[in-house]
Amino acid sequence: MSAPPVAGERGRLRAGRVLVLALPYLWLAAFFLAPFAIVARMSLSDSARALPPYAPHWEGLSRLGAFLSALDFENYALLASDTLYLDAYLSSVRLAAFATLLALAVGFPLAYAMARAPRQWQPALLVAVILPFWTSFLIRIYAWIGILRPQGFLDAVAQGLGLTDAPLGIMNTDAAVLIGMVYSYLPFMVLPVYAALERIDRSLLEAAADLGSPPWKSFWTITVPLAAPGIVAGCLLVFIPAIGEFVIPDLLGGPDTLMIGKVLWTEFFSNRDWPLSSAVAVVLLAVLLLPVIVFQRALKAREGSR
Amino acid sequence: MVRKFVAGAAIAASLVLPASHALAQQPELKIFNWSDYVDPAVLEEFSKETGVKVVYDTFDQMETVDTKLLAGKTGYDLIVVTASFLPRHIPLKLYAEIDRARVPNLQHMWPEITGRLAKYDSGNRFAVNYMWGTTGIGYNVAKVKQRLGDAPVDSWSIVFDPAKLSKLADCGVHVLDATEEMFPAALRYLGLDPDSKKEADLTKASQLLQKIRPHIRKFHSSEYITALANGDICLAVGYSGDILQARKRAKEANAGVEIAYAIPKEGALMWFDSLVIPADAANKEAALKFIDFVNRPEVAAKNSNFIQYASGNLAAQKHLDPAVLNDPGIYPKPDVIARLYTITPYDERTQRTVNRLWTRVKTGR
Repeated sequence: MSAPPVAGERGRLRAGRVLVLALPYLWLAAFFLAPFAIVARMSLSDSARALPPYAPHWEGLSRLGAFLSALDFENYALLASDTLYLDAYLSSVRLAAFATLLALAVGFPLAYAMARAPRQWQPALLVAVILPFWTSFLIRIYAWIGILRPQGFLDAVAQGLGLTDAPLGIMNTDAAVLIGMVYSYLPFMVLPVYAALERIDRSLLEAAADLGSPPWKSFWTITVPLAAPGIVAGCLLVFIPAIGEFVIPDLLGGPDTLMIGKVLWTEFFSNRDWPLSSAVAVVLLAVLLLPVIVFQRALKAREGSR
Repeated sequence: MVRKFVAGAAIAASLVLPASHALAQQPELKIFNWSDYVDPAVLEEFSKETGVKVVYDTFDQMETVDTKLLAGKTGYDLIVVTASFLPRHIPLKLYAEIDRARVPNLQHMWPEITGRLAKYDSGNRFAVNYMWGTTGIGYNVAKVKQRLGDAPVDSWSIVFDPAKLSKLADCGVHVLDATEEMFPAALRYLGLDPDSKKEADLTKASQLLQKIRPHIRKFHSSEYITALANGDICLAVGYSGDILQARKRAKEANAGVEIAYAIPKEGALMWFDSLVIPADAANKEAALKFIDFVNRPEVAAKNSNFIQYASGNLAAQKHLDPAVLNDPGIYPKPDVIARLYTITPYDERTQRTVNRLWTRVKTGR
């Protein structure tokens, strides 16, 4: 006779669990899938003189057939046929990959030093890493213009030290874009790497030393593998925003800097070609999904091998 | 077409003027204008006189406004729009017609300007000219003289002749990142119709632009203001108002940089920034009042004196500072005005072609 209430309780419990699990999915559906569906739909439309500037427009379920038949893959065909877009994607991947490697080269030692610093200093060091975010991103990039421009701060220092007479000419080149990206995204590399390094049990390193392992070997066989999830997370956090970056190449780059974020901006704002820019965005998303999938596969393989 | 101070991403700084009386129901006029494009005293006087609170937002790229308008509601009552956008916007019914009977000061408008503006807004039904100017050449006097000698800078050849431009490459050349500016200029230099829509002509123009591209440091529509003023570059193809602003800033900085503006003798593009009322404006009444207010000759002159742009208001000239009125960079002489040209917008297909050509020029591919 106690069975029915228990079943009711179980049912409620299950409903609660479903609700809790459904929330993140609802969030994803509302704020990722729905906007993506709108963009994907726009990418299949044609540019038109209308409000908003593309056609066809949704006119209800009764016109569904006509609506669907007006959609086509013309914009994707244009992306494939014009080498400009492929060049821009490749050049974005190249620049973002360089920026990620440089950020790792600078960020890892920084995170390592932070993790090895005395405990009581660590909160202050963390704040120091985050501190630049308190100034507007745009202003910090403008500050880089002041540093890199001809006769700017960097030239003054280099000439003052007698290293060179001529201006270094970094401003408006890919090098300036790389500097800007490494600078802007460095905290995204430092924080996850630091978190991973900080968790490493030091007794493992002591045990290795006791057993005669030289420090460099302990570093490669213990520290680096244990920090790998942090390194990969840091690389993704730098690579993904860097590949679609618009502001930095616009302000620090020159005519030779070709990045997909700028192409997208031009198509959307200057050319008012919303459908084509949507197609660019959809392809960009696909390009961005690749490293994430590779990362997930690698994680799974790692877990499987343990 | 006037891009100033704050460049890059769209920064809208809103300046809420001190309310003359603190009533909750006080009527509001929401204005969207280029940055640094009004004398703040004019806004204050308007509020004091009419009791309308002015909410003033600024933009620094026409594309920002264009996208807001095309997406639907803007939330503004009065917007300053560049004339070349009008032919695209008017058929979409984005604007409310100006009730001319309610704006008596329109009688002071300059027929030369109104007439040319009618090419974009037939019958002057939707747009009232605010300021106008030209697209020409800004240069660093000393650096250009040092590299090219004493010959006057008065022709597009300094930009489009690779032999001349290459001598300036080391000290820096910027050109506008805008097809509707650079293609007409190139066509004019080639002796073709600057308003040509023929693909063959446009291809010729892009070939000319390809030739000068190696000597260009940057294609950008606002950075040249600061770059010229700081002495970082020696030549820029840009908007008259922006270059005159760079000249003013260089003078104020007193660092020995002298900037000059030249309208090429072949002719230059003339642009018009005009006041329009969005069709969905909440307070059209106040917008009309404001248009009338800024076209009082004294007020128009005050505005022009402050921002150093040529007003579309003819009667304002009596009240202008002689330094502004006699500056050929701001108010060109009649024979120069006669050589200025206007263009009509490209249709969708031509626009795509021109965009492709331009991207190829910029990226050198």
